[in-house]
Amino acid sequence: MNGFGKPLKIALGLIVIAGLIIVPMNFNRYGLFILSQWAVMTIAAMGLNLTLGYAGQVSLAQGAFVGIGAYAAAIMTTHGWPLPAAIVVAVLLSFGVGWVLGYPALRVQHHYLAFVTLAFSTLAFLVFRNESWLTGGIYGISNIPRPHIFGIATNKPLPFYYVCLGSLAIVSLAVWWLIRSPWGRAFMALRENPLRAQSLGIDTRRYTLMAFAIGSALGGVAGALYAPLTQYIDPVPFNLSLSLDLLMMVIVGGAGFYFGPFLGAMIAVLLPEWLRFTEGYYLMLYAIAVMLLLIWSPTGILGILDRYLADRRTKAASALRAVAKSRLETVQ
Amino acid sequence: MSAVLEVTNIKKNFGGISAVADVSFDVREGEILGLIGPNGCGKSTLFNCILGQLTPSGGEVKLDGKVVTGLRPSELNKLGVSRTFQLLQVFPKLSVRENLILAGQEHQGNMASRLVGRSDAGLTEAANQMIGFFKLDHLAAEPAGGLSYGQQKLLDAAMAFMGGPRLVLLDEPAGGVNPSMLADLKDRLVAINREKNATFVVIEHNMEFVMSLCSRVMVMAEGKVLAMGRPDEVRKNPAVIEAYLGH
Repeated sequence: MNGFGKPLKIALGLIVIAGLIIVPMNFNRYGLFILSQWAVMTIAAMGLNLTLGYAGQVSLAQGAFVGIGAYAAAIMTTHGWPLPAAIVVAVLLSFGVGWVLGYPALRVQHHYLAFVTLAFSTLAFLVFRNESWLTGGIYGISNIPRPHIFGIATNKPLPFYYVCLGSLAIVSLAVWWLIRSPWGRAFMALRENPLRAQSLGIDTRRYTLMAFAIGSALGGVAGALYAPLTQYIDPVPFNLSLSLDLLMMVIVGGAGFYFGPFLGAMIAVLLPEWLRFTEGYYLMLYAIAVMLLLIWSPTGILGILDRYLADRRTKAASALRAVAKSRLETVQ
Repeated sequence: MSAVLEVTNIKKNFGGISAVADVSFDVREGEILGLIGPNGCGKSTLFNCILGQLTPSGGEVKLDGKVVTGLRPSELNKLGVSRTFQLLQVFPKLSVRENLILAGQEHQGNMASRLVGRSDAGLTEAANQMIGFFKLDHLAAEPAGGLSYGQQKLLDAAMAFMGGPRLVLLDEPAGGVNPSMLADLKDRLVAINREKNATFVVIEHNMEFVMSLCSRVMVMAEGKVLAMGRPDEVRKNPAVIEAYLGH
């Protein structure tokens, strides 16, 4: 997206950030809940975007990692541990499990990998539901406390929204750093051409496992924030449909685009609210909109923007060439 | 001259078909070895067995006297063995410079330093030099997919040299490249061979290119070595004329 000037991009970014901080101050409890949910789901979708969008590894298990993070946080904070400690545990746990789930990806790809991760997703759901001694089973875990951050209580919706927003900011910076690093380049090489990547010394096994582990760890972060956000969790929100929702967010926003998950999560979380007036027709409209979008632009919403900017660049370049050519002819 | 690469009794069967049947040869330090033979004679399969892309059905590959059979392609690349493919294998969305940085980054530092260190792995300067060396200056920031076929072929070859390899296996570097660009490519290969003392093995069908570039030529037919020797010797060999060169 080199079409915009750099100062313009920075200004736009600052306006959006300021808007996210200032505007919600007047929001009611429900509005803040929705916006916090957007921040949390964006974190989970960014993780999936790393695994799927950048490294090209299909996963239908991101919802399960949100569940792992949520249960880790719920169990620990209801036993008196502080949330930051729970987040660390959630990250380590989902990183480790994600790493192990990466091993099938070394042998199978695409649809087959989707099925393996789908099976894992079901397995995780069964553990959440059946291991009641740990997870509370179908009754779930209630009274999940919200943390004190630097001595400030975040019980009220606005302070906790800022916790979610702050976490999103930290994760966004970390992911931005990661995709610009040689790792990000190696992930893309893995997606585009693993054979060539190997011949250039890229250890595709290690990077594949890392892509799974890091993506899953971000799912864990999202879960560890989701638990204190809703203050009550049971297994239902972490079933396969959450994994599919997150996949949808990544693809609708634009897989492999940095801002894809922000946009995709916004549509998935906010659109139901905006389409509330249509009552029962909401899901139908959503489904039709997604189908039309993907027919028009298989690379998602940011794919449209990318195409437009690429067109403009090509036109500018050919205009420059035409000018250069006419000058050359004048000289001759 | 010592041998960089020693290949002993390499075999590769695909089901009942013997693609490579008991091939042995060595590649001497600093030489450019040509590998010719009819289509389907096992040249590329031999490359893939040497490079760990395929597991040989039998035999042994030694690099600098150490057995490397069964190592993964990425591990071999780290040991200084690089390659190009018969079909173009550049990353079309990355710019020319980014392609070259990608090609060299795994040879810099370790996993941790590649995560926390500079985003170009300190390779922008080296990439620019390589771009200059292959005369791609005006294209450095262009996406590789927008280059002409010949230019992509040059980039493909340049990528093989970013890690500073000792041994490079080139699979049909001249295929589809126009004559003037081909002369450029040959100059570059000879220059790298002399200056960096890099050893090459080149599969090629363009006889003029092979005969003028290589110090030795190996001829394969039906999975076996038919002849090995100086280009002028091989050209006169009756068996080679019969099987490949034609009368």
